[in-house]
Amino acid sequence: MHHSHTISVLVENEFGVLARVSGLFSGRGFNIDSLTVAPTNEESLSRMTIVTRGDENVLEQITKQLNKLVDVIKVIDFSDDSAIEREMALIKVTAEDESRAEVLRIVDIFRAKIIDVTPKSYTIEATGAPLKIDAILELLRPLGLKELVRTGAVAIGRGARGWKG
Amino acid sequence: MKMNGARILLESLKREGVDLVFGYPGGTVINLYDELMNVREIRHILPRHEQGGTHAADGYARATGKVGVAIATSGPGATNTVTGIATAYMDSIPMVVICGQVPTPLIGNDAFQEVDMIGITRPITKHSFLIRNPKDIPTIVRKAFYIARSGRPGPVLIDFPKDVQIAQAEFKWPETIDIRGYKPNLEGHPRQVEKAITMMMAARRPVMYVGGGVILANAAEELTQLARRLQFPVTTTLMGLGSFPENDPLALKMLGMHGAYAANMAMTNSDLILAVGARFDDRVTGKIATFAPHAKIIHIDVDPTSIRKNVRVDLPIVGDTRDVLIKMLAELDKQADGIKQLHKNLTAWHEDVTGWKTKHPIGYKQSTTTIKPQYVIQKLRELSNDDAIMATDVGQHQMWAAQFFEFHQPRTLLTSGGLGTMGFGLPAAMGAQAAFPKRQVLCVCGDGGVQMNIQELATMVQNRLPVKIVILNNNFLGMVRQWQELFFDKRYSQTCMELPIDFVKLAEAYGAKGLRTEKPGEVEQVIKEALAYNGPVVMEFKIAREEKVLPMVPAGASLNEMVLNA
Ligand SMILES: Cc1ncc(C[n+]2csc(CCOP(=O)(O)OP(=O)(O)O)c2C)c(N)n1
Repeated sequence: MHHSHTISVLVENEFGVLARVSGLFSGRGFNIDSLTVAPTNEESLSRMTIVTRGDENVLEQITKQLNKLVDVIKVIDFSDDSAIEREMALIKVTAEDESRAEVLRIVDIFRAKIIDVTPKSYTIEATGAPLKIDAILELLRPLGLKELVRTGAVAIGRGARGWKG
Repeated sequence: MKMNGARILLESLKREGVDLVFGYPGGTVINLYDELMNVREIRHILPRHEQGGTHAADGYARATGKVGVAIATSGPGATNTVTGIATAYMDSIPMVVICGQVPTPLIGNDAFQEVDMIGITRPITKHSFLIRNPKDIPTIVRKAFYIARSGRPGPVLIDFPKDVQIAQAEFKWPETIDIRGYKPNLEGHPRQVEKAITMMMAARRPVMYVGGGVILANAAEELTQLARRLQFPVTTTLMGLGSFPENDPLALKMLGMHGAYAANMAMTNSDLILAVGARFDDRVTGKIATFAPHAKIIHIDVDPTSIRKNVRVDLPIVGDTRDVLIKMLAELDKQADGIKQLHKNLTAWHEDVTGWKTKHPIGYKQSTTTIKPQYVIQKLRELSNDDAIMATDVGQHQMWAAQFFEFHQPRTLLTSGGLGTMGFGLPAAMGAQAAFPKRQVLCVCGDGGVQMNIQELATMVQNRLPVKIVILNNNFLGMVRQWQELFFDKRYSQTCMELPIDFVKLAEAYGAKGLRTEKPGEVEQVIKEALAYNGPVVMEFKIAREEKVLPMVPAGASLNEMVLNA
């Protein structure tokens, strides 16, 4: 019932738009699991990717309420399997003595990268579907997670059709 | 032609057809006010408080259907408009509020009288604009008015920094505007309309449930025709009062928490609800789980978010209510035989409805010794013109006005339904009177709420706005006291006003006329004298202090679990 849901929102690239969208979610008690925003290939537009949760009625309200905002130009609700999602994580883990090799093995399996090294730690860059990030974290956590930064998911529709912007 | 930003704004207001604004000057709008002296076409009314000015602009909008305009200076002037903006937002009233702002370079520096108005009002405006460049003013004004009045109307804020008021630019009025993210869906889908007609023709126990959306869309005429053609009983929300004549045999009167028994019973027992411009608010539905358990629901609304927000809907029709109703009437033209059959099918239902109406009509126990508030309202109806406008404040008196003043025409009831703002009535009446100097404008208040914007009596006197103010004085915050009586063992915590106010003297201090009575036998004469007087009048009626608003559906109970006499 309460499934996680990814929504893409094309908005005017204007002052205060992020506040309008995030205010809508907090004011109406909608969940935000993650939210990313950046400009698109059309200068006047930004694209947000919002991962949210809720039952069918809540999701319907979220889409309708987003559409009602004057600065929102288009809302795409990626239901089922219609989108490809990617997320990046920067992970700092303890890596001393025998655990150094273990970290490297995990990094290798997940095709992640080491981007910073010290005698006591590795910093890893991992990219993939959010579930893949969850999986690598699960393996690294027992080794000592010092710091974690996730971008939140971005999503794009499958197939040849593209959205302008 | 080059002019300063202040002048460009005023010229833009003129292009939008604005001839009246309510505003209060201050440091960051002083340039705007200076230019105003050069613009004769815009009349300006100075309220005594920005909240009063904002409610007045709102009352003007409710009474006329045009966009109301309020102006305030930055900081405290602007924050004083917040309650007015929220009130308009909750009732979908078209309004443009223009606030001064500190000069652009100072924004964000905690400058003197700086406040982030766009931030503060974000959840209570339909949209907002910060003007950064004087050349953008015409487009921003045009967009603001378009957004305020189109689709589901609402208030729009314009934040206007002082330096932009001074800076020069060319005035160029845009011939067209295009807002790519804002395209209200006005045309009801013909297929949905057809489906609705099929459902309506098959109904046996139908009700039309009508809200403020019908008034906002100027669709009262079409709604009335549709109800009469189909012979469907009609109940209205508080905001819908006036969209269907309450003296019509099909009228069930208001439904919900303080609604008529017949209206709530009809909803509960119906097999089809045609909801038009109404939003299934909790004051209307009672307990959702038991709301209209047997009914299929058709929901017409211009705002898709209103549909399926609170209740399940079998057939949504998104569109301007007037457009949809016109399409329905056109469809019915093709169904003469079907309609005859429909009328036959409804006989039993009409009998049920009449039964409920006669069993528990809205009523009260008359008294010869103390004035019953309901009696005052009935007398007001009897003695005022059919097109009289009635503004109310919020509380018991508001519900008595809704129950006992029969509304016959749209835009004749101005009341804060969504936010329930005490202090709304008096300034809203003032705004309506400014719009219609010749019509009777009545204002019904309690002794509590009337003191929240009483200062506007001065504005009325100064501007010769002859509002007839009725104070139903129970010396209590009556509505809260009623809840305390019913649900808190009569523990009247902070609801007795204790200090009696001499409202007659107060009126006279402002230069208005004051009248008072505590005798039922004098009510008629006081009202007659007030209505005959050419100027604002305060009528103080000392009423039965512990009179209750009934019937009542306790919060959280089902609609058919009404307390009829407690
Ligand atoms: C600004 C504001 N404050 C508080 C309330 C809560 N409230 C609702 S009705 C009411 C009592 C109103 O009393 P009065 O104006 O005397 O009218 P009465 O109910 O006695 O007719 C109160 C305090 C409100 N609606 N608005």
